[in-house]
Amino acid sequence: MNPTPEHSPAGPPRTLLIACGALAREILALIRLNGWRHMELLCLPAKLHLTPERIPAAVARAVEENRARFDRIAVVFADCGTGGLLDAECARLGVERIPGPHCYSFFDGNEAFAARAEAEMRAFYLTDFLVRQFDAFVWRPMGLDRHPELREMIFGGYEKLVHLAQTEDPELDAQARECARRLGLAHERRFTGYGDLDVFLRGLDAAPLNP
Amino acid sequence: MSEEEDDLVLSELDDDELVQQMHDDLYDGLKDEIEEGVRILLERGWTPYDILTKALVEGMRIVGIDFRDGILFVPEVLLAANAMKAGMNILRPLLVETGAPKMGSMVIGTVKGDIHDIGKNLVSMMMEGAGFEVTDLGINNPVENYLQALEEKKPDILGMSALLTTTMPYMKVVIDTMVEQGIRDDYIVLVGGAPLNEEFGKAIGADAYCRDAAVAVETAKALIAQRKHNQVAG
Repeated sequence: MNPTPEHSPAGPPRTLLIACGALAREILALIRLNGWRHMELLCLPAKLHLTPERIPAAVARAVEENRARFDRIAVVFADCGTGGLLDAECARLGVERIPGPHCYSFFDGNEAFAARAEAEMRAFYLTDFLVRQFDAFVWRPMGLDRHPELREMIFGGYEKLVHLAQTEDPELDAQARECARRLGLAHERRFTGYGDLDVFLRGLDAAPLNP
Repeated sequence: MSEEEDDLVLSELDDDELVQQMHDDLYDGLKDEIEEGVRILLERGWTPYDILTKALVEGMRIVGIDFRDGILFVPEVLLAANAMKAGMNILRPLLVETGAPKMGSMVIGTVKGDIHDIGKNLVSMMMEGAGFEVTDLGINNPVENYLQALEEKKPDILGMSALLTTTMPYMKVVIDTMVEQGIRDDYIVLVGGAPLNEEFGKAIGADAYCRDAAVAVETAKALIAQRKHNQVAG
């Protein structure tokens, strides 16, 4: 379904956020908390992460289909393994993208994440979304439901699972610990809140519209 | 699985059927069956090199095509690779004894800060299967590791792998260091990994970006042939 924002010529710029489905809950929460009624969310399937080479084209299609109805479009995908191709596509389309290589990075805060990169080389990250969707996005796509013997081949290089928590949710924390156990990894919880996602959306809200 | 397949006795198949069955077994990641097939062919007097190329490498080539086309996914490829590895473990010492043809040599490793090695291991295995002598440096390699291995092994090819957007720029650090030391042109540099693309490969000064293990093998063969041709012409 296409978003249909309110038309308010005198109000703030009508803004469409084209985002990864894995971020839907967090973006909607921020829109609600901040009363950003001029922002609309259009999510693309989170499963695109399994085939990152398809992300730029999917984003481009969504931008072209919705451009006429909005004053501004922003892309809320990290680079997500596109190796810079998503940035190139955003530049071609003239739309802004949230900075960061992965959503783990911008939730944690891009600077802090980069600073920890070497020390956490053997960390496997899950966001709240990935904890909830662990079976659909990690366990089954990696074939571990059918071939548990692959665990060592795929996760043998990791030492710990870091749950980057966007919310305080004891039930989710327990699920994350269970994910770590299933992968044979130590568990660590780090509360991040919305991190640079919040910063990016606030920036959009505050920034004047480009001519 | 059908009853007919349950009853399949590999040793009762003729050579062509057995090789075809081994392709199917590789596709299905059946390690024990691959080991059995390799042993049967050896007993029938096949050379290790023929078993490697006609049964194993060809089988993995089919797996590679279906992976590229989105028919197979990472878990299936890993199972197939495990099966091929089991077959190669039987053949490796015999290949040395029988003096199988050598295509060239390669040093390969995942770059500093990156622990991902699934793709790198596949490339390593397929290159070995194609007749390359492979030195695998493993994961998390700083530039010094690559330089030391190049110095010691004098390979034809340096291969670098990265899975992360954040670690792939390190490949440029390695290539730039090779340029500084005046050794860049002594080697063919191949790069690969999920977030890479051809443009990135060119931008950092690699000879080629290889999107998968099969492409890596083909590219390595082509660039080595080109190099030999240039040396003769020069």
